Amino acid sequence: MSNITDDYPLSEKRPDRLTTPTGASWTDIDLQSVLDGALGMSDLRIAPETLELQARIAESAGRSQLAENLRRAAELVGVPEARILEVYQALRPGRSTPGELESLADELESQYRADRCARFLREAAQAYAS
Amino acid sequence: MKSKRLDLSSRRPINQDSFIQEWPETGLILFNSPFDPKPGIRISQGRLCELDGKPEAEFDLIDRFIARYAIDLARAEEAMALDSTEVARRLIDVDVPRRELVELFGALTPAKIVEVVNRLNTVEMMMALQKMRARRTPSNQAHVTNRKENPALLAADAAEAVERGFSELETTVGVSRYAPFNALALLIGSQTGRGTALTQCAVEEALSLKLALLGLTTYAETLSVYGTEKAFHDGDDTPWSKAFLASAYASRGVKVRFTSGTGSEALMGHAEAKSMLYLEARCLVAIKGAGSQGVQNGSISCIALPESLPGGVRGVLAENLIATLLDLELASGNDALASHSPIRKSAKLMLQFLPGTDYIFSGYSSMPKEDNLFGGGNFDAHDLDDYNVLQRDMQVDGGLRPVSDEAVLKVRRRAAQAVQAVFRQLELPPVSDAEVEAATRAESSADMPERDVVGDLEAAGRFLEEGRSGLDVIRALAREGFDDIARKVLALQKLRLSGDHLQTSAMVLPGPRVVSAVNDPNDYRGPGTGYSLSPERRQEIASLNQALDPREIGREPSSQSGGFLRETGEARPGTDPREIVIALGPAFGAELRATLLGIPHQEVLQAMIDGIRAEGLRPRVVKIYATSDCGFIGHRGAQLSGSGISIGIQSKGTTIIHQRDLEPLNNLELFPQAPNLDLSSYRTIGQNAAKYAKGEPVAPVPTRIDNTARLKYIVRTTVLHLHETRQVVKDRKPRELDWSPIQAEVGSEAVEKVAQG
Repeated sequence: MSNITDDYPLSEKRPDRLTTPTGASWTDIDLQSVLDGALGMSDLRIAPETLELQARIAESAGRSQLAENLRRAAELVGVPEARILEVYQALRPGRSTPGELESLADELESQYRADRCARFLREAAQAYAS
Repeated sequence: MKSKRLDLSSRRPINQDSFIQEWPETGLILFNSPFDPKPGIRISQGRLCELDGKPEAEFDLIDRFIARYAIDLARAEEAMALDSTEVARRLIDVDVPRRELVELFGALTPAKIVEVVNRLNTVEMMMALQKMRARRTPSNQAHVTNRKENPALLAADAAEAVERGFSELETTVGVSRYAPFNALALLIGSQTGRGTALTQCAVEEALSLKLALLGLTTYAETLSVYGTEKAFHDGDDTPWSKAFLASAYASRGVKVRFTSGTGSEALMGHAEAKSMLYLEARCLVAIKGAGSQGVQNGSISCIALPESLPGGVRGVLAENLIATLLDLELASGNDALASHSPIRKSAKLMLQFLPGTDYIFSGYSSMPKEDNLFGGGNFDAHDLDDYNVLQRDMQVDGGLRPVSDEAVLKVRRRAAQAVQAVFRQLELPPVSDAEVEAATRAESSADMPERDVVGDLEAAGRFLEEGRSGLDVIRALAREGFDDIARKVLALQKLRLSGDHLQTSAMVLPGPRVVSAVNDPNDYRGPGTGYSLSPERRQEIASLNQALDPREIGREPSSQSGGFLRETGEARPGTDPREIVIALGPAFGAELRATLLGIPHQEVLQAMIDGIRAEGLRPRVVKIYATSDCGFIGHRGAQLSGSGISIGIQSKGTTIIHQRDLEPLNNLELFPQAPNLDLSSYRTIGQNAAKYAKGEPVAPVPTRIDNTARLKYIVRTTVLHLHETRQVVKDRKPRELDWSPIQAEVGSEAVEKVAQG
């Protein structure tokens, strides 16, 4: 079985596996398409599947915490930036009650299927409360 | 009371640094505070319930975070049971691979890690750092800022920094509303030349994230972590909020590294009586737990605080090392001003420079210090030549390269022009031609024309509100004919899709090609392994602008005419007691035409002749071929001299007064430091030689002491002497010479025949 790290860097070795959350492929993105106005910043976003590939690469290099971070990131791809910043704010010291963090966790879970992030928030809430 | 010497010493730069004794109760101690916990761990039912002597009930937020995310519990009990000295020995044992140690340290507690590292002396820590840094190829990061926040100058400085080899550039702001323009200028400048670099803008977290999302920056480094809960609280964050932010950056394909460093907790008054290194170990373990790929540490802006304490510099090396033991990318400090003393600064740098780290500086001030908005810069633009020499001296890859003046000016001008064009396209306040020209040639922002600050800030605010992005910059560049830069900026934006640069220790090379600890892992296993300079890189480092071709030395096109000497036959011993022989080295007035200092041989000879004549004696000139040694030249001359006195002179100007009955390497007077001799010295030498012949009392020719003469001239001396030695013909007898006097002094008389005795 080939090692996933053999595919790294994906941008050189497996650009065929790279697509954006808006469905654009690696080769769709060139200077001409930018000049035509066919592309926006939203087309230059990493896809959750790509983050999962990078998580597996990190894992196979022995970096389990980095892999976990990348998997949390994969869940956040679909969360709007403003909402991400609000969650960040909520996690800062003294900003939220455990209940507020809990309801944010619920929202991440139900709206964005961000289970790892939700668990992370609940663990924070528990730590903040003790 | 002080002696004059002590008084001068007390004003040396080193004595402007602050030094204090340890004060453990406040955390002013590097290692081994009496209040530091002892290493220990207790795991019950897969749960860490005691950490370094503290039961779970007493855990603070950092302990909880570490216990939950950072320590490999499956291995922890076994790893913690190992003897610390034994673990320390494995760090410098080339037969124990890095990966094995990374697994081991992933299962240790902060107190245990500190105990292990503290068993190493400074050199051992450097050996360990060489082996344990994550990426094989070392690199370097630059700071690029200026006091006027002039975008043309920022772009020009960024372009020059990349040309010089920096692979990451960091800017910041004096006025935070400038942030989008500063980020924009760096983005353009960083992609102008043949190289490439990731860029960041250090501002408040939310703004920093926004700039990254807009594609105006390509990485971030602002995620500060502290070793006590109170310090963390004052930084308005928790380990969870920082970890979440790291995931947020990653979700948009943006590289990020955390920041920590010894001394920050003591500075904030929240050290809880713990040693700086113990608190830093807690930071680093938490950072690993957060899933960060890397960290910048090495005390960073607090550096003068650990350096005021015993073991401060060793402690900072220890914290760098711990980051690598935890498998984190390391940008190893050396950014803030660490000492008034150039000796101390350079010595400190060696601890990271020699072993190599992922980024040796987490911000080398690529412009002059006075323009550094990060508060100084330990080394700046004016030290770059020194840095290049250090790389060459030690054959160490410090990430930089020598560059030609032409290349620097070219990329600076083009970067400034590109910013001018983008500002025009995007209808931002204009960048004038005068600004472009000034940015190309400036020393610092003091040389830049003033801009309309209010207009710039308004425009920068609008720019951000309208959500102008990296794509707008790309379009503007292309429309103005800067397609090459546009393509490179786009290639960086596109890299986000791949996430390749989210892996540990990623740097981006031209292409763009990502090189990280995944595809370039440090494989150091002792001599002959790990990173080594390629032949091309070795040549690049060797090729300083100021390095001369030694074959050209002494061969410079010269206005000094040769041909003022003419051989007339073999020189015979003279009998005239009034003659002084001037014995010339084999290349004198022939292959070589001037002394070390460039004094024409003809003038030197004339001065000695004039000196001899002034004493009423007769000069006679011979050429010695059998030797290039000054003593022997003089000695041979003395054997030919009717008076028994001679002056021997090498082509480089070294001179001796010799006497027939002395041993060859003895002398009456020797003037070994040719750089200290001028024409009047040569004249006095002629006079003195004559006085010896007359038996008159002689006051030796006064010479100056110049401590740097040897330093300045040893290369030229060596090469000139080489040329002279090549003219030696062992068996050739001395030759009698006619010489042409200097025209101006002797009118129309063309050739003066030297009478033989």
